[in-house]
Amino acid sequence: MIQKEAEKIFETRELNVNMGPQHPATHGVLRLVLDIDGETIVKVTPYVGYLHRGIEKLGESLSYFQALPLTDRMDYVSAMSNNIGYCVAVEKLFGIEVPERAKFIRTIVGEMSRISNHLLWLATHALDIGAMTVFLYCFREREWILDLFEMICGARLTVTYPRVGGVRNDVPQEFLESLWKFTDEFPSRILEYETLIDQNRIWLQRTVGIGVISAEEAVSWGMTGPTLRGSGVPYDIRKHMPYDAYDKVDFEVPIGTAGDTYDRYRCRMLEMRQSNNIIRQCIGKLPPGPVMAEDPKFTLPPKDKMMMITHPTKEVAYFIEEKACKGCGMCMRACPAKAISGEKKKPHKIDQAFCLQCATCFAACKFKSMKIIPGGKGLSEEKLAELAAGPMPEEIAKAAEHLVRQFEFIKKGPKAPEGELYVATEVPKGELGFYFVSDGSGKPFRMRLRAPSFIHAGCLPRLCVGHLVADVIAAIGTIDIVLGECDR
Amino acid sequence: MLIDTSATGLVTLDDGTKILPPNLIITSLDKIVNWGRLSSIWPTTFGLACCAIEMMAAGASHYDFDRFGIIFRGSPRQADCLIVAGTVTKKMAPVVRRVYDQIPEPRYVVAMGSCACTGGVFRTYSTVQGCDTFLPVDVYVPGCPPRPETLLEGMMLLQEKIRKEHFRWSPWR
Repeated sequence: MIQKEAEKIFETRELNVNMGPQHPATHGVLRLVLDIDGETIVKVTPYVGYLHRGIEKLGESLSYFQALPLTDRMDYVSAMSNNIGYCVAVEKLFGIEVPERAKFIRTIVGEMSRISNHLLWLATHALDIGAMTVFLYCFREREWILDLFEMICGARLTVTYPRVGGVRNDVPQEFLESLWKFTDEFPSRILEYETLIDQNRIWLQRTVGIGVISAEEAVSWGMTGPTLRGSGVPYDIRKHMPYDAYDKVDFEVPIGTAGDTYDRYRCRMLEMRQSNNIIRQCIGKLPPGPVMAEDPKFTLPPKDKMMMITHPTKEVAYFIEEKACKGCGMCMRACPAKAISGEKKKPHKIDQAFCLQCATCFAACKFKSMKIIPGGKGLSEEKLAELAAGPMPEEIAKAAEHLVRQFEFIKKGPKAPEGELYVATEVPKGELGFYFVSDGSGKPFRMRLRAPSFIHAGCLPRLCVGHLVADVIAAIGTIDIVLGECDR
Repeated sequence: MLIDTSATGLVTLDDGTKILPPNLIITSLDKIVNWGRLSSIWPTTFGLACCAIEMMAAGASHYDFDRFGIIFRGSPRQADCLIVAGTVTKKMAPVVRRVYDQIPEPRYVVAMGSCACTGGVFRTYSTVQGCDTFLPVDVYVPGCPPRPETLLEGMMLLQEKIRKEHFRWSPWR
């Protein structure tokens, strides 16, 4: 009787709590709306889109070769892997054969980015759960990797080092030596982190039995990567559909058993050791040779060759041959310095005082009336006309050919064969897929990304319901999401 | 400013010069308030995109923001600086503005990265072209993303700016 009265007076209601987008533990700008009954979660609704930058749409307005830097900014924690994923997809679309050395270099940098991603994941995951020291330890090694990235491409985070058809440049010997030293020391550093948290009572209480998901359920929710492998499914694209040099190295795919937060943590720790192993094997097997596909259709010509005729200090002069010039005015319109003058259907003239030696007019001319004269800077008009009458030196002619090719490449982009294509690669977060619909032009008709973070963010309700409010933080950490990739 | 010398009690030296007693420093209120402010800039932990990772790196062991008195705070109400680290989208802009409004005066804004400065490469339908369209920005830190050293330089410029402030220490201004 009294109890019934009490229930009437103190009726219980679910509390609605908003978490994010400004929250120190939501890994960016994720917003969750939690329905809680006391301390227990009843319902979780994730809201995404706070970092929607329109990368897919932007990719459709750029040629296949220009959209590469956008992929860095998707999953900025492991930019190298995203670049590789995009490059592998475009290479498959165009049918480009990548040199062996480039494949090995890509595998090395891909695994380095996997280590740096897992280090950042461990740092923030531990920080959110309450272990501050791990954060500082992990960043120490992460800085080391970022320094190595800087050594090969000059950037720390958004690298754009792998290119379609290979990699940007060859790795220096100094880099390989430094990396070897890193791989020597890194396993002992992993032990250091494990000493801090592996058997830590607080860590175990916060992770064991939290966010449990069975293997069947994980597969049907579309989980991939270490998040799936924690449940005991040995699915790894590097093993099952090898790309780059993964079929030439020996590694294991670590899996968990219980499918809880602790098992996923163990999986990632073991994965870092495997990555370390792969890097060591690749350095040992690194073959000599070129690092960029040599098909002139898909690659930019060497820059140093073009510099010979476009650099102002190289003392070249541009001259219009009167006989060949039809007076179409194309060069006049193209010239950025407005150094070319002349009437229609009459030979044009270059004012040598204003010429920038940029070669824009050379690429614009359709009648081959433009002549490049080495060492012609500062000479009189008569002398130039005299020199222009002779044939162009072979070296200069080749450089000019490269230059025109580059103009075409950047302006239009090589034409892709028509069709549809889906290529997936294993990035540290899971399966990153690129889906292209090509209509035969130089730009994709549709570019779609299968981002693991988006799918994992969708699993959050399944992992959180029934647990306490504090465990939401652990669940966000364990699926390892980055909102840049999730919202694109 | 006049000092009541009878209350402080001047000390006479051997040669007859009168000086202030030890542990007493004369300064202007501007100077001491600004000095206090610039040596403890507390930004909110508010990462938006890629730049947030470099901001974290700047706060972590290698670059160590703490030695400048820059300590990240979880709540905007405890902070006095907002580092806009990353792309601001049109969906996110009202939230950023609200976080800024929650910071108590005096408050400063640092736009970190080209996206926060101008919109960067993302000239699309969903991106705000620079956070100065809705926030009063004090320091722009360019780069995509800027290195931690660049952010450090930006914060030191902010310190210089605070050092030169005049009369910003009273509620009535």
